[in-house]
Amino acid sequence: MEHSSRAERVLRGVLITAILVFFLFPILWIFLMSFQTNEEVLRIPPSLFFKPTLINYASLITGKLQTAAGSLDLAFMLNLWNSVLLSTLSVALSLLLGVPAAYAFARFKFRGSEDIAFTLLSFRFAPPLLVLLPLSLYFQDIGLNDTYVGLIWVYQLIALPLILWIVRGYFEDISPDIEYAYRIAGHSWLQTFLRIAVPLARPGIAAAGLLAFIFCWNNFVFALILASADKQPVTVGALAFVTASGIQYGQIAAAIVLSITPTLALALYAQRYLVEGLSLGAVKG
Amino acid sequence: MNASAKSGGDVALSLAGVDKIYAPTAERPVHAVKALDLDVRKGEIVALLGSSGCGKTSTLRMIAGFEAVTRGSITLAGRRIEHLAPARRGVAMAFEGYSLYPPLTVRDNIAFALKGAKINARDADKAVREVAALVEIEPILDRYPSSISGGQQQRASLARALVRPADLYLLDEPMGQLEPRLRALLRGRLKQLLGERGMTSIFVTHDQTEANALADRVAVMEGGVLQQLANQTELKERPANLFVATFIGEPPMNVFDAKVEVGERVRFAVENGPRLDFSANEFSESARREIAKRARVVIGVRPHDLRLNSGSNEARVVSNQWLGDQSHLALDVAGKLMVAVAFSEMGASRRDNLRYDVPAAKLHVFDADDGKAVSHGAAAA
Repeated sequence: MEHSSRAERVLRGVLITAILVFFLFPILWIFLMSFQTNEEVLRIPPSLFFKPTLINYASLITGKLQTAAGSLDLAFMLNLWNSVLLSTLSVALSLLLGVPAAYAFARFKFRGSEDIAFTLLSFRFAPPLLVLLPLSLYFQDIGLNDTYVGLIWVYQLIALPLILWIVRGYFEDISPDIEYAYRIAGHSWLQTFLRIAVPLARPGIAAAGLLAFIFCWNNFVFALILASADKQPVTVGALAFVTASGIQYGQIAAAIVLSITPTLALALYAQRYLVEGLSLGAVKG
Repeated sequence: MNASAKSGGDVALSLAGVDKIYAPTAERPVHAVKALDLDVRKGEIVALLGSSGCGKTSTLRMIAGFEAVTRGSITLAGRRIEHLAPARRGVAMAFEGYSLYPPLTVRDNIAFALKGAKINARDADKAVREVAALVEIEPILDRYPSSISGGQQQRASLARALVRPADLYLLDEPMGQLEPRLRALLRGRLKQLLGERGMTSIFVTHDQTEANALADRVAVMEGGVLQQLANQTELKERPANLFVATFIGEPPMNVFDAKVEVGERVRFAVENGPRLDFSANEFSESARREIAKRARVVIGVRPHDLRLNSGSNEARVVSNQWLGDQSHLALDVAGKLMVAVAFSEMGASRRDNLRYDVPAAKLHVFDADDGKAVSHGAAAA
């Protein structure tokens, strides 16, 4: 890198900028849209110049959607809260189950261990709709339909395999001798797991947790079928913006900005651990 | 079971009938350690010597508690330990590879071994500095494991094992990654420390120089079986079988299949090769009796026990290398190479014929079928 010429550096800068603009432009456009009224969004030709308004955010937060046809009730804040609740609890449960399981698969070769690990991964192969229709019937029978518990349970299909397989790789990269040395110095198996293995795999756990959170947050079809209005996350709730009097682009944009904020904040927070993992170094044998 | 462990107070560690089978339910279970009996006396240093895959590391790990014992018992300081967790066995262990905890400095890595030992902070710090000086890592005590070399990590791991009081010290290839000069220095210091403090220890190595230099007794392992546990002299002069005979010693022992006749004289005949003719009284009566039971044997002689320029057998010189303090000659005997070592510079050059003789006192005889030793010199095995 230090030996690159001036021309190379300039070219690299231009290319990076071009790529960033290409990928970030839609997000920027949505961000700008969120401060415009529906009329401003829909004018032709589109313009970067407008009088910013907070009306979209106000209607989302107050739950009153003002349309040409009159006022509509919106459950957006409830949807947002549902998303936070469902994603957080699902990932927490997945970490609680997945991290010890990943450790077991990484450290112990028991009969059928590979088969079990693969079966768990195969949950992600199945088309969700194929699973969902019979599942919704069962859920109605056992009373889990339209409950947080039921949704969190189904979300394990998304989060658990992801966490299990990513974290397993991190555990496998830790030299077992580090753990042996700790155990022989007078510590139990559990202490070794909690104080040595988990902290060393923390970057992997953070990455897997973050990914699982994003996948849970963005999930649409599970909640669409298994939950009714008061349990629905933002992804399903956004359907409400398609109203009889037209599509509320301004509010949709504002809703998107609000709903990516938690994931963005989490990603920025988790980044610390991801970078820490890189600087830890020399764990591999 | 082990009566010796109960009666003899000086036995620190006793393995009795220990087996290790990996994946016992699989199609091809791996029998890594077979019916191992091993007694280590208090304060003794025992080397587990063998090539890779011989079961020496599995044995060490079973004693440490990282591998379950398939069968058999392990007794340490009068306690059965094979079912105890590693933390409760009272052993310390140095690891060959990467075993330092990355977020801690070398100093803290060594000190955390002392946490459970209930030592006050000042004594702990003193102990850490002493052991660090011993293994020459004082300057890197405040560095992190990721910024030091493999050899330094290995020494830090060794220091961490030695700093702690334990009934038994297990050292897994403790000096494998060190450069030769440092290795020789540390061997001496380690031997002194272990001896002074009477620390019972077992170390694993594939390097016989290291085993010879550090250990009181050497356990030679091969194919999961303990071949012989003896001191260095005995391993060289009275190897229990052909494996030990050819494994121990550098260059290795020369061995040949031979026909044998025992009568007035004891005659060995190597096919297309030399005949060795000894007077019967050069062998003890029991040795003669044992040899006479067999028509075919394997005979062996160590390279430096060959007497050159004497006797009636002749062989062509294939190579002659002066190492500065000894000559290594390769001779063509019965279509095989026979190596001879002489401690003076030999004038022989390639293709010369050289006379040699095997003294009866230096002849090793092994069974042709199972390789077990029959006689060493005059005495029966």
